[in-house]
Amino acid sequence: MREITLSTAVNEAIAEEMRRDETIFLIGEDVAEAGTPFKITAGLVEEFGTDRVIDTPISEPGFMGISVGAAMTGSRPIVDLMFGDFLFLVMDQLCNQAAKTHYMSGGKLNVPLVLRTNMGATRRSAAQHSQSLHALVAHIPGLKVVMPSSAYEAKGLLKTAIRDNNPVVIFEDKLMYQDKAPVPEEEFLIPFGVASVKREGEDITFVATSSMVQVAEKAADMLAEIGISAEVIDPRTIVPLDEETILNSVRKTSRAIVVDEGHQSYGVCAEIASIISEKAFYHLDAPVMRMGAMDVPIPFSPALEDLTVPTPERVFEMARMSVMGEL
Amino acid sequence: MTNQETEANSAAYVRMYRQMVRIRNFEDQANQLYLSAKMPGLTHMYSGEEAVAVGICETLKPTDKITSTHRGHGHCVAKGADFKQMFCELLGKEEGYCRGKGGSMHIADQSNGNLGANAIVGGSMGIATGAALSAKRLGKDDVTVCFFGDGATAQGLMYEVMNMAALWSLPIIYACENNGYSEYTKTDEIAAGSITGRAEAFGIEAFQVDGQDVLAVNELTQKLVDRCRKGEGPFFIELETYRYHGHHVGDINRTYYRTKEEENEWHATRDPIINFGKWLITEGVVVQDELDEIQTEIKADATEAVAYALEAKYPDESEVDMHVFAETP
Repeated sequence: MREITLSTAVNEAIAEEMRRDETIFLIGEDVAEAGTPFKITAGLVEEFGTDRVIDTPISEPGFMGISVGAAMTGSRPIVDLMFGDFLFLVMDQLCNQAAKTHYMSGGKLNVPLVLRTNMGATRRSAAQHSQSLHALVAHIPGLKVVMPSSAYEAKGLLKTAIRDNNPVVIFEDKLMYQDKAPVPEEEFLIPFGVASVKREGEDITFVATSSMVQVAEKAADMLAEIGISAEVIDPRTIVPLDEETILNSVRKTSRAIVVDEGHQSYGVCAEIASIISEKAFYHLDAPVMRMGAMDVPIPFSPALEDLTVPTPERVFEMARMSVMGEL
Repeated sequence: MTNQETEANSAAYVRMYRQMVRIRNFEDQANQLYLSAKMPGLTHMYSGEEAVAVGICETLKPTDKITSTHRGHGHCVAKGADFKQMFCELLGKEEGYCRGKGGSMHIADQSNGNLGANAIVGGSMGIATGAALSAKRLGKDDVTVCFFGDGATAQGLMYEVMNMAALWSLPIIYACENNGYSEYTKTDEIAAGSITGRAEAFGIEAFQVDGQDVLAVNELTQKLVDRCRKGEGPFFIELETYRYHGHHVGDINRTYYRTKEEENEWHATRDPIINFGKWLITEGVVVQDELDEIQTEIKADATEAVAYALEAKYPDESEVDMHVFAETP
């Protein structure tokens, strides 16, 4: 199978869907000729024109609000939010307006929009361009939250998001844009709420999101060398969450570590860990562990930044201790 | 003017009078529901501002969109909503426009192009601008009117979306209902410079009009709606008006920010319904008896709708987690 980058996968998904449905438009800062700072949307304006690939001023709440209104009136906007950190700027329009409109209107109004943004530290971008804020929006009823872990997931999940009749927020790890993965030439969609078992194992379950899937897989390789077999589950969407696949895995392995790049406190790790504790408690042989980012603003200095995020070595060590009964 | 034109005008005038009376009656009943503790929560009265909503909405088609505010009952009635479904919504009943899930501050009436009231001051300005972008992009000739108060001019979102509306020549009219008070504070104390100057800074044509004069509002808006349909938008209107009640129904002792004398003066000399009624009689469009009949008929309608809503059933408990997400086929 051909291999393409995550960036190309996103570009292909948008182009294919825009060819299929005239009501879709792309909107955000520097999405047209510039193709975004990561060059993800490069070439789209040449095919679809400035009427459908719309450059905005640097006005995040403004173009977010405009997209909500457009979505309520027959359009299907794909909103490009240049950095995940800018979510704080659009929170009212996303959480008070988009997320609640269908419910508040008794089901009469829909807001079919996709907000694409990014996450991920270690790009030496400091505290306002490095956050992983997906837990914030996952907390708000009415928003679906998608976390692709490779080019394959990025394409299949984005196409599903564009066809969904709800506001969907997609977090792409900005360090993975140039990572290649096998992606079929022919059309495919990945349904929401269906986790992927990335690797089967017997002794411990890693539930990992986004780029933490690769971290967990590397840890699993290291564990294999000392005779410990780890299973890696990628939920792919955290809202909706495929609880059954996670619980079935833990019932089999009896141990679990949840690895996610959001801050560890009050986050996605905590949510998934508590679901496991509540629903698979009597199958557990060890405490369910969380491994998220440290509860500090992301520091600039590489010497400090690398300490803040989960690494294969740390996941390996925590798993080894869990299996050896050393926790 | 031909006889036919005169008749058409007369019918339009009487319809505007009726719509203003409908809003006043709706609000009087809503206020009573609050005071008699029959309505959950609280609400914001539109009484006194009727000429704004009616003068504007009478120029719009059902497919034209509006966005409304926390003080939104007037816009909803003026855009064609039904009393029974509105009172049911205010009382949290299943037959309400939003099945009781929105309440006074979130009434939306999609069938008439009302995209909804909004409990965040200025919160709907992006939505309105997006509706205008949709209409333009999808090749419809629909116009959007964004209603907001003077208080919302303090929100940054307004400047972001007016900038884009001007850059992209969107078919939208920003209608600023300046009732002189931003919640419990005089507008003079929260707004530096002129209100219209804010729009003019973006190259948007801005107008001031007496918001108590339904004909003046209607005439100006009609011109701007026609120009929007020809691609000449956006526009901005500042409508000078007055809210008879406090910020909300519970804001009764308000002499610390507004005098009784001022309130009495507006009631006595600038009431949009009384003044338009007088004009209709002077111009020979109607006689007093006809206006009295309209008042009696609408009061009966409102009373009946309230009685209906009070008896209507609440949503079933199974609805509590329904409509969190829309179905995707």
